[in-house]
Amino acid sequence: MHYYNEEDLARFGEIGKSRPDLFEKFMAWYEACQEDGALSKREKALIGLAVSVVVQCPYCIDAYTNSCLESGSNIEQMTEAMHLASAIRGGASLIHGIQSHNAHDKVSM
Amino acid sequence: MATNLPVINIKSPAQSAVGFDEKLATHNLELRAMSVDTLQVNVGKLCNQACKHCHVDASPKRTEIMTRETIEQILTAIRQFKIPTLDITGGAPELNPSFRYLVSEAHKIGAKILVRHNLTVMFEDGQEDLPAFFRLHAVEVISSLPYFLEQQTDAQRGSGVFNKSIEALRRLNAVGYGVEKDLILNLVYNPVGAFLPPAQSSVETDFKREMKTRYDVSFNNLFTITNMPIKRFLSYLRRSGNEERYMQKLLDAFNPSTVAGLMCRNLISVDWTGRLYDCDFNQMLDLTLEDGMPQTIADFDPIKLANRRIVTDSHCFGCTAGSGSSCGGVVVG
Repeated sequence: MHYYNEEDLARFGEIGKSRPDLFEKFMAWYEACQEDGALSKREKALIGLAVSVVVQCPYCIDAYTNSCLESGSNIEQMTEAMHLASAIRGGASLIHGIQSHNAHDKVSM
Repeated sequence: MATNLPVINIKSPAQSAVGFDEKLATHNLELRAMSVDTLQVNVGKLCNQACKHCHVDASPKRTEIMTRETIEQILTAIRQFKIPTLDITGGAPELNPSFRYLVSEAHKIGAKILVRHNLTVMFEDGQEDLPAFFRLHAVEVISSLPYFLEQQTDAQRGSGVFNKSIEALRRLNAVGYGVEKDLILNLVYNPVGAFLPPAQSSVETDFKREMKTRYDVSFNNLFTITNMPIKRFLSYLRRSGNEERYMQKLLDAFNPSTVAGLMCRNLISVDWTGRLYDCDFNQMLDLTLEDGMPQTIADFDPIKLANRRIVTDSHCFGCTAGSGSSCGGVVVG
């Protein structure tokens, strides 16, 4: 037994059973973000995968892995995108070490 | 190079949540032939490769080979009915002992000749001169290369296939294929797994850039083809637990605007025994033409075959997904 079920990804639309007006607005925005624009669909899919890994959403990781493959990316490109996002996340943690250094310096002689 | 894959004997075909004809009906569509512009001839299941996605289940172990007698009947049909295009497939069609006879005779008749050439067969005994033979008979060469990297290509087509394929492409380039006008070399991309192909124009741009810069190889067009849930690919879908999801993906991606351009509307597929089908996929599923139609090449009559109802099943969703899929790539650009 686990909380995340693969089948639930296809049930996403059921969220719209309550307050469908809000869900429709979300979907319109979400789908518009996927389209070719100043960035290509492929670039957006790579960004989507990288963000999915950082926010650790298993549904998003599944969906964007497929989006990346279906927009022509390969596993090396996808892995690089995931590394970059994870490195930013690591850096975002480490930069807070300055807070610690500041606190340390404040109370140290 | 070839792996020892067992011959696939899948009794139950792929299932979709909605029948193909039922789906067509919801869009007020039905699938009927228009004409017979192409005779797509499968000259046998013998192949030097055993690709993991092969809908023919072709391999070095297969013994089904079209005879010279059947090839004569095909030539008679092309000559008698002035069929514009002969599309030769297999297996590796070059391994049929009568392959070169078929090509040279069809060339004399004046038919446009397409050969679905797997590239590596060029390194089999007696096949080294294939580039020159293709050139001499103005053959349009169509070759599978699922990706421009070794890892993905070998994962699908067998260890060592990628490097041999690159060498074969260089030899085709050397005689003018993909370089000189009228010597057409087209490549085929198909996904290495249970997902849909990318946009053809986008991946063609990538392939052209990468094939030139990495390997100094040129080609004309890239065709993207959807993997069909038949034989070895269906077996893979079942083994990997992807069948239901893949079939749903095809169904969700159904595009009614592809129906008018489906290849089955303009071709007849012939198997190694001379039996007729609506397409090579139906051929592999033993889905023969509807009752009342000529059933063998000996009875071939394009007038009777025009406007026939196309026999369908769930695999047809593979040809209508997204931009559509055919032996010539996407259906709607």
